[in-house]
Amino acid sequence: MNEEINIHEMENDEIIELMKEDLYDGYREEIMKEVQELLDRDLEPYDILTRGLVGGMDIVGDDFRDGILFVPEVLMSAKAMKGGMNILQPLLAASDAPQQGVVVIGTVKGDIHDIGKNLVAMMLEGAGFTVIDIGINLSVGKYLEAVEKHQPDILGLSALLTTTMPYMRTVIEALKEKKLRDDLIVLVGGAPLNEAFAMEIGADAYCRNAALAVDMAKKFMKIEDGA
Amino acid sequence: MEPLQNLLHSDTPILLDGAMGTMLMDAGLDHGDAPEAWNTLHPERVRKIHRQYIKAGSQIILTNSFGGTSYRLAMHNLNDRVFELNKAAAENARTEADAASRTVWIAGSMGPTGQMMEPLGEIRFEDVRDAYAEQASGLEAGGVDLFWIETMSDLHEVKAAVAGIRRVSQLPISATMSFDTHGHTMMGVSPTRAVEELEQLDLVSVGANCGTGSDELIQVISTMQETDPDLPLVAKANAGIPEVVDGSVVYNGTPDLMADYAREVYHRGAKLIGACCGSTPEHIQAMAEALKEMDK
Repeated sequence: MNEEINIHEMENDEIIELMKEDLYDGYREEIMKEVQELLDRDLEPYDILTRGLVGGMDIVGDDFRDGILFVPEVLMSAKAMKGGMNILQPLLAASDAPQQGVVVIGTVKGDIHDIGKNLVAMMLEGAGFTVIDIGINLSVGKYLEAVEKHQPDILGLSALLTTTMPYMRTVIEALKEKKLRDDLIVLVGGAPLNEAFAMEIGADAYCRNAALAVDMAKKFMKIEDGA
Repeated sequence: MEPLQNLLHSDTPILLDGAMGTMLMDAGLDHGDAPEAWNTLHPERVRKIHRQYIKAGSQIILTNSFGGTSYRLAMHNLNDRVFELNKAAAENARTEADAASRTVWIAGSMGPTGQMMEPLGEIRFEDVRDAYAEQASGLEAGGVDLFWIETMSDLHEVKAAVAGIRRVSQLPISATMSFDTHGHTMMGVSPTRAVEELEQLDLVSVGANCGTGSDELIQVISTMQETDPDLPLVAKANAGIPEVVDGSVVYNGTPDLMADYAREVYHRGAKLIGACCGSTPEHIQAMAEALKEMDK
């Protein structure tokens, strides 16, 4: 951020616009200051979240999807967003702000890759979802446990290896056996996957990248609401 | 044995091998289990795969050690066996290479740690470097001829791997990255930048492996060749796109398609040509025949 910019002298809308730029550039400190400034001016936490953080991450997501930004830039943006979220979250939890939905997400057994999964988790949070990240190298038992405990709307499965992606089917089969599958939206992602694979194993959708995962999550939540 | 460097700077293509993971799963490796554990658990099965690739025509074969860093082995609680499993991986390849009637070189496969380095992630350059040094010492003890860094997406990690290898060995090193995101690596490295940065390192060849389809990989090789026409380039494409048949993952690229890919990528400037996920000795044999015709 330019040293000469003094956010105390700016209009609310100008700060919102500045937040989008700072999110794009991954400026965590600036985002935290801007969030605090808007809170000090009695803006609703939910408005700061949706207009500033979610609005900004939408732009980041679009440019990521289009190959203009890559993982390092998006991670910096997500870290900046997290900085803002840390301030807003307790306030949001205490308010009656609307919830986008609850997501449980994790990388399957045999796979320690968590870069894509973390990115999806952070961007879903940026889009207003409540995300429970259950980690990597997860057995069927761990997924079932988390689904029963958190009652999510969406379950996200990640795999980055051709040797581990078939395990996604194992998880989905176990959900069916436990009669949990029908109450869940199952989204899958990871570099070696594709649409046909996702359909074959019985997932609801394949998310080619983190931005599309957010789009899918939003789309399915709307369908669920009957909208 | 003929020095590898002579071959690298001749005009003839060098045939690499195909997938290891795909073949191990066909041989009974369970989803999610550590392929590297099989180097001591089922050495005869690993050796059979090497033997099949040599028979198909591979001149350089890769050891079964892709996930052989302590970071990856930790997931299977095998991180205290890094040296042993990598040494065994190299010995399995060595046994088959020595039994061959022609020269076969052994490249010690070294894949990514699977974690993100500072400043984006938590792990430090020095720790990654040391992990690769540990892996490299096992591979060299087992008798590799060169080191083969592959499927990388982060240039810092390649640098850490090279630095680690150089702590323990002076053998040649090759490095390839995986360009799977809009023609870039996941970390946003373009083929041009990969060449520009990698040629500053102590490497005998650089290139591309895995990624998406073979057409995309051919495009990456073209760009790399334009960036530096003199650099020996490595091409290892997947055998098409993964599909699920009867519960297991198969790739839809036929041997004929991979033969076409081998011809095309050689035309575009690749020197070391092989295949990645989903490929089998049949694919490599078809590629061997295709490249033999080209050589005439």
